[in-house]
Amino acid sequence: MKPKLRLELLHVSKRYPGVIANDDVSLAVAPGEIHAVLGENGAGKSTLMKMIYGLVPMDAGEMQFNDRQVRLASPKEARALGIGMVFQHFSLFETLSVVENIALALDGPYDLKALAKRVSEVSQRYGLPLDPWRGVHSLSVGERQRVEIVRCLLQDPQLLILDEPTSVLTPQAVEALFDTLRQLAAEGVSILYISHKLHEIQALCDSATMMRQGRVTAHAIPREESQQSLAQMMIGRELPICHAEPYQGEARPLLEVRGLNLAGEPPFGTALKEIDLTVHAGEIVGIAGVSGNGQAELLAALSGETLAPRGAIVLDGQAVGHLDAGRRRDLGLGFVPEERLGRGAVPALSLARNALLTAHRAGLARHGWLSPGKAWDYARDCIARFGVRCTGPAAAARSLSGGNLQKFIVGREIMQAPKVMIISQPTWGVDVGAAAYLRQTLIDLSRSGVAVLVVSEELDELFELCDRIAVLAAGRLSGAAPKAATNASRIGQQMAGLFEPAEVSPVPESLHVPA
Amino acid sequence: MLEHLLAILAATLPAATPLLLAGLGELVVERTGVINLGVEGMMLIGAIAGFACAVETGLGAAAGLPAGALAGMAAALLFAVLALSLAASQAAVGLALTIFGIGLSAFIGQHYVSDSLPGLAPLSLPGFSAIPWLGPVLFHQDAMVYLSLCLFALVWWGLARTRLGLLLKAVGEAPEAAHAIGYRVVALRYGAVLFGGAMAGLAGAYLSTVYTPLWVQNMTAGRGWIAVALVVFASWRPARLLLGAYLFGGVTILQFHAQGLGLALPVQLLAALPYLATVVVLVLISRDRRALRLNLPASLGKPFLPG
Amino acid sequence: MSLLEPRPQPSQRMRWLAPPLAIVLTLLCGAILFALLGKSPAHALRVFFIDPLRSSYGWTELLLKAGPLILIAQGLAVGFRARIFNIGAEGQLIVGALCGGGVAILSQGSEAAWVLPAMVLAGGLGGALWGAIPAWLKTRFNAEETLTTLMLSYVAGFLLAYMVNGPWRDPDGMNFPQSVMFGDAALFPILLEGTRLNASIFIVLFAVLGFWLFNARSLLAYQLEVGGLAPAAARYAGFSAQRTVWLSLLLSGLTAGLAGVGEVAGPIGQLNLNLSPGYGYAAIIVAYLGRLHAGGMVLAGLLMALLYLGGESAQVALQTPAAITGLFQGLLLFFLLAADAFVDYRLRRRSRPAAAPTVEVTAHA
Repeated sequence: MKPKLRLELLHVSKRYPGVIANDDVSLAVAPGEIHAVLGENGAGKSTLMKMIYGLVPMDAGEMQFNDRQVRLASPKEARALGIGMVFQHFSLFETLSVVENIALALDGPYDLKALAKRVSEVSQRYGLPLDPWRGVHSLSVGERQRVEIVRCLLQDPQLLILDEPTSVLTPQAVEALFDTLRQLAAEGVSILYISHKLHEIQALCDSATMMRQGRVTAHAIPREESQQSLAQMMIGRELPICHAEPYQGEARPLLEVRGLNLAGEPPFGTALKEIDLTVHAGEIVGIAGVSGNGQAELLAALSGETLAPRGAIVLDGQAVGHLDAGRRRDLGLGFVPEERLGRGAVPALSLARNALLTAHRAGLARHGWLSPGKAWDYARDCIARFGVRCTGPAAAARSLSGGNLQKFIVGREIMQAPKVMIISQPTWGVDVGAAAYLRQTLIDLSRSGVAVLVVSEELDELFELCDRIAVLAAGRLSGAAPKAATNASRIGQQMAGLFEPAEVSPVPESLHVPA
Repeated sequence: MLEHLLAILAATLPAATPLLLAGLGELVVERTGVINLGVEGMMLIGAIAGFACAVETGLGAAAGLPAGALAGMAAALLFAVLALSLAASQAAVGLALTIFGIGLSAFIGQHYVSDSLPGLAPLSLPGFSAIPWLGPVLFHQDAMVYLSLCLFALVWWGLARTRLGLLLKAVGEAPEAAHAIGYRVVALRYGAVLFGGAMAGLAGAYLSTVYTPLWVQNMTAGRGWIAVALVVFASWRPARLLLGAYLFGGVTILQFHAQGLGLALPVQLLAALPYLATVVVLVLISRDRRALRLNLPASLGKPFLPG
Repeated sequence: MSLLEPRPQPSQRMRWLAPPLAIVLTLLCGAILFALLGKSPAHALRVFFIDPLRSSYGWTELLLKAGPLILIAQGLAVGFRARIFNIGAEGQLIVGALCGGGVAILSQGSEAAWVLPAMVLAGGLGGALWGAIPAWLKTRFNAEETLTTLMLSYVAGFLLAYMVNGPWRDPDGMNFPQSVMFGDAALFPILLEGTRLNASIFIVLFAVLGFWLFNARSLLAYQLEVGGLAPAAARYAGFSAQRTVWLSLLLSGLTAGLAGVGEVAGPIGQLNLNLSPGYGYAAIIVAYLGRLHAGGMVLAGLLMALLYLGGESAQVALQTPAAITGLFQGLLLFFLLAADAFVDYRLRRRSRPAAAPTVEVTAHA
């Protein structure tokens, strides 16, 4: 007998100390339905999915699966029912092989050879080619996602949860994933699709539940809505838009990378090959690409966290490849890393102490001795100028939300008046309001004559921010093309590594480079 | 000369046995991403518990060895509660366990300083011990030497061939991922730490009830630390641990045979050899960061609390 | 589901409450232990913690024992902040004592004023040198300092044994493993007649003030702290990890070496096998108990010294084994680490009971 509803949640709530993650959430998914859960970062989507998958117990409310009430104590129980989940940050083990990874998530006898055969069968049937014996560390991000999906499919799921599955995929890989999902839905598998990307939802999903601040704000049929109306439902107002004026000053090259080659970090890092890049005063250059293609290595080499050949990196005319991060900062380099807690800021220390991290050279320390009062004032100014919401300079960095900590770190770097600013994933995990503010801040910074380099996985963001965009794929960097001369699908092809390494693109005419 | 070498070889096996036992235990613990620096303390607690039990029951090593293993496990439980449930720094808790173990064993041991035990009679493996030259050397040992080899085989097989072994490795690499697919990371780590404690306790009890067999304050003399170093030397692989343990077993007994080999070094400097050798071995193995990191359990030493 | 959940902000109150809490719990455990041994807990605790301080001599002994503990802890704390775990201070102390004592032995009979300063210098350098070896091994070969410092500690012990059994054995010492007694020029002057309290206490005092200033106000100490709390942040800011290692191990070696000289040129007056009752290890506890804070470590050092005195006093009055001191030290550190968990975490508050179904259905349809 076919159930009426695959999944129904009724009045589900979940509290964490100080936060209500989910408040009276209800939703229903029919068999074979592709159902989107839409919302900003922090809207409570992930917590809700974890409850459905049995990872987190619900405080209140009930869950029905195939019209029967269930209470799940663990993912094992969820899997036994036929619920599978593909995680945003993959739950894979790099040092193990594909089939070993899959074996760990399956019950039944431990027979890798038999399992490998099943893996091949399932992956063929759904167009997800995989070699079961390869080590996961050697797989691309897209292939890793396939492992996760195949792992779920081997358990004959009736409900498949995918948490932000496309954030790591190239546009072409997204299409392939959608084909697989449609095939599954046609076979009767229900799909819960978590995302904040409106065009994907419209392309794929039959229905959508909107969430904001832990509550359900609307149910909608995405194909019958416009992107504006979906956005309105999701964030409660119009999507903010950034404004960029053309830069009027002299466009000197401030950051130059010349033929940078670097071995990858052991054990599984990506080697950089012949990277060439120039960023001029007054422009924002974006680097697109899926993480794991050398982004971490390139950023570390640019910031000075790993050293490079002397002449490979030039800062305002001076070769700095051999200088460490501190000496490069002395010469006017600002850097905001993707990991805010633990790299851009020390989690347990106060904002005043975190100001010292890089701004000690801005007069907060003299002759090796600290001036705590000055550090306090610096943090206070930064909080006020960049609208950081916190309890004050004494607040521990880890007590701030992602967006506010990002504002603080960006502010701390900008207040040191850098010549070159490098920023990685500027709005990752940041709410829409703060993201718009940060983007505008970066645009304004560049128009004040700073060379800004942005590394991001979000293509939309790069198109909004940047003057020129390059693509990093497998450790090689394409030439940076003016925004008007490229588009998402071309960049998608480049992300798959389809470009000539020496592809040189002209400097945009709007930038008057002195000969 | 050959006579000396054979004597050294014969003495190496029992000298290596406590290193092998404690090292195997620590290897399993570290595979799950936990580093317990309290091996020395657990060995001492096992040594005194084993010795006391052997004396009090009058059963000798037969009672002492299991008692030592149990006591080591109890000490490991202390570590587990602090380091796994309370997420305290693993290095600090391990150190505390060692300081505590030294104190506790000396405290209890005060009553047993004048006692001695018969030890274990050597067991000849029929057939093998008849092999000329090597037979009497390798196959005329106490039962624990053989048992430690069986335990080695068990650990090797368990890690390489079973789902549990795979799971331990997975937990050591990415506890978050293991948690996300529904494994109870803390429970698994508890299990590994208790196993490590039992092995260290057994190693200690072997020293006090079979090898020496007496109680002397601080009698492990750094063997627990050497066992920890051996795990690094072994790159977390059991077969290399076996090799390392026998190598170091050989080095520890070298001082007693130095004269026979014609080495005219002062006895104190010879006694320092195992410790110097440990440093050298650590340097040799650590200098290749790439190889080290390839085998290093990625989450080693990082506390994990499920959210 | 774990018992603990992280606090948004580390609790400063818990940070300073943890040591007294640990002390109280250790005392409780001690009382139970004494009761089990058939002694009156109240009496035993008085013998242990009050009796040693009944006389002014007792107080000078307390300072005498606390001195090396505090001194070593100051140096260790620099490294601990940076998560460089030097657990071989005992060995650095021994090498410091050997170098300082060596100067005394080689200048035997000299009454010159330079002897004592030369001993202090040699001892400090010797300790720092013994700390430099693991620093070099770590920076050059990536060898774990925890293990190398400790192994070198054992080596130092054997080195000492060799020297006092061999080249530096007192020829008139009836073959005991000890050196000659040092002359007056090689001893710290006694401060209070009739006690053993000597001028080495000024080195401790100076070190406490110096380290207090260093920790509170120097950029270098801040860099070390960042390196310990968040290594990636230190790399990001361009703080040198190598310098951290060198500084940590040299400073802790230096203080341990000075403490070694303080012993051989103080209460002991010669080189022998018992020149430290484990000060190098106990100082680790002092550092943690004192919250790595220069002033806190003074209090913690005094307490730990009292544990040594109490152990001796109980040995005489209660016939308990001397090892009881080590037992208390271990317990104290355990309780401290347990209490410390609540600086960054708190007990998970039970969320409000589910207002929802009590019927549990597990469907395996």
